[in-house]
Amino acid sequence: MAESRDTDVLFKALADSSRRKLLDLLHAHDGRTLNELCEHLDMTRQGVTQHLDLLEAANLVATVRRGREKLHFLNPVPLQEIYERWIAKFEKPRLKALADLKRRMEKTNG
Amino acid sequence: MAKSTFVYVTYIRTTPEKLWSALTDDVEFMKQYWFGVYCESRWTTGSSWKMVQNDGQVSDAGEIVEAKPPRRLVIRWLHQSKPELKAEGESLCTMELEPSGTAVKLSIIHTIERDPSKFIAAVSGGWPKIISNLKSLLESGSIALQEPYPGESVHSGKE
Repeated sequence: MAESRDTDVLFKALADSSRRKLLDLLHAHDGRTLNELCEHLDMTRQGVTQHLDLLEAANLVATVRRGREKLHFLNPVPLQEIYERWIAKFEKPRLKALADLKRRMEKTNG
Repeated sequence: MAKSTFVYVTYIRTTPEKLWSALTDDVEFMKQYWFGVYCESRWTTGSSWKMVQNDGQVSDAGEIVEAKPPRRLVIRWLHQSKPELKAEGESLCTMELEPSGTAVKLSIIHTIERDPSKFIAAVSGGWPKIISNLKSLLESGSIALQEPYPGESVHSGKE
């Protein structure tokens, strides 16, 4: 039950273009402050804060305090979980078929 | 000074004691979620530490800078096998375990005093898979991934 609530929060956090842009910004350069992130978004500081709070609640962003500053880091662990649960499971049979084909072709060549 | 850092956070439904043991002295458990890799140390402040690959090769070595079971572990970590990664020098890996409701928040912060860093790029590909496997093994008793790179035959993988 708690699992599926976590998943809802995660997908809701991803279902917004500004929040996905924040993730891309952190992917390009990790460990940024709120001010640095605000420079790249056409939005109020308060708006950016709210988006970051949602991303943090979904565990997609982790923060570390450095003195008076709060640095934001992309946390890819939930994305890895999405990958395993929603992507790998579905693509695996096809990857296996390709690997089998490759093996068979190489065997007949040798 | 320029610095490369990554921060990984996950919430695992377990106790700090079990998680600490899974990250340190439970070698057989570690091999299950770490694709056959294990770490060897006395896990006390000042003791030496090394990481052993499944072919027996020591890939990384260093020292335990701080060990406060079951809350905080800091490892001085130097890569050993690839010359270009070894040349980047020492990194610092901090693991923090905080109880959070019925779960434990695990934060792994790995830093090196240079930017960009090939070492940090190399380990950052591995950590999410390892942590994700650790989480499923502790919560459900089975691992999510048998191999670090599904679809490729670079690794033998543990059955």
